[in-house]
Amino acid sequence: MSGEPAALQAGLEALLPRLLPHTRRITGLQRLSAGATLQTWSFDAEAADGHGHPLILRRSPGGLRGNESLSLPLEAALVHALAGSGVPVAEVVHTLQPADGVGDGFLMTRIPGETIARKIQRDAAYTTARALLVRQLGMAAGALHRVPLAALPTLPVRSTAATLAALQRRSAALPQPDAVFEFALRWLQRHQPAEPASLRLVHGDFRLGNVIVGPEGLRAVLDWEIAHLGDPAEDLAWVCLPPWRFGQITQPVAGLGQRAELFAAWQAATGEAVDAERVRWWQAAGSLRWGLGCAGMREWFESGRDPSVERAMIARRVSENQIDLLRLLDSEDACA
Amino acid sequence: MLDHPRGPALLDAVAALLRDVLMPQLPAGSSAAFQARVAANAVDLAAREMRLGPAAEAAAAERLLALLQPGGAAQTQDTLEAELALAIRSGAIDDQSPALRAHLWASTLDKLAIDQPSYAPYRRALQLRAAPAQPPQE
Repeated sequence: MSGEPAALQAGLEALLPRLLPHTRRITGLQRLSAGATLQTWSFDAEAADGHGHPLILRRSPGGLRGNESLSLPLEAALVHALAGSGVPVAEVVHTLQPADGVGDGFLMTRIPGETIARKIQRDAAYTTARALLVRQLGMAAGALHRVPLAALPTLPVRSTAATLAALQRRSAALPQPDAVFEFALRWLQRHQPAEPASLRLVHGDFRLGNVIVGPEGLRAVLDWEIAHLGDPAEDLAWVCLPPWRFGQITQPVAGLGQRAELFAAWQAATGEAVDAERVRWWQAAGSLRWGLGCAGMREWFESGRDPSVERAMIARRVSENQIDLLRLLDSEDACA
Repeated sequence: MLDHPRGPALLDAVAALLRDVLMPQLPAGSSAAFQARVAANAVDLAAREMRLGPAAEAAAAERLLALLQPGGAAQTQDTLEAELALAIRSGAIDDQSPALRAHLWASTLDKLAIDQPSYAPYRRALQLRAAPAQPPQE
């Protein structure tokens, strides 16, 4: 081991005995995600008796992150505040301090289970989980949407109006204006719902891929980095976005089941009614946001910021979002 | 003037080389294997673009001319497409017009046939267009 992992190993071996006094050494350090500005590492803090404490480190080694993202200490404070709320989350063990010398970020307990959507959708091990997950996702969303805001750190507010304005701004900034995106924007303007009666905690990226699942079902909701205050319908819509169905297109909720079951579980958890038209608005806004993100990759590729084939191919996924928008806004297909 | 095999056939051969010869030699699950798969997909896309793109662009140009009825000098396709988008934005074109919606659908379906013909929502849209009487399979 050399370079970055070796330095991190040394840093963690100095830090962990202060957090978990029985720790003798760090084992199994491996990087789970390869983001340039946000890293996720997995390791065990092993005690003298050989017992390992499974941990996850989310850290930024320095550098800028997306301006939508919460800072890592704020994300840690949010996840910590959610303990005991009924939202299944990992336990935050420690928020890194400058004196710890391993960057900016936090440590949390590693929950075993699967995050890869296609395995959850297809593997025999998750047959029972699949029968439960839609309801469990609805309950988890309901739980997070009724968390009292006074219990939370200060989070950014993303109103409906600001969401629409941001989409218009991004669409207008494209090098080549796009007819399907403008068609969707007209629809969003015409159908813009009133601001929600009260602001709620919104996860912002609530979908398969960002949850840990075991054979018995949902274990934890991960990746709170774009959480904000806003309209809870946004989360109920995002989990139904066609790309997050991973091919199982006739099952709108995460490729696993029907909206009616998700909505019923959410209503049971919150005691409030789901406004399906409001959810539809947020699904259109979500597909447009995703499509604009793909369109923006053209500039990354052409400017040389990221000249990879992978980046170029993401830019060619604009049309996927466009057909998602047309199916949702201009077809009779109930599973659009 | 140009000799054969032409671009699309060459790209087909490159995609087959990547998939059938090179990828099996790369460690399963490695970044190199992933990159090679993405490259093979990109080569396939470029071949589909060479085969299907000219007809799709020509059909789109005809629809755009009918929708916009531009006067004056001939305009490039990009200019016409931008003009249509701006007309939708400003409300100069009624976004509920059947001709506009037919154009958006036709262009998007033609793009998917090139970009990602296996995308499940595209397959479903094609299926419903072929047999619209069938109720959606929930």
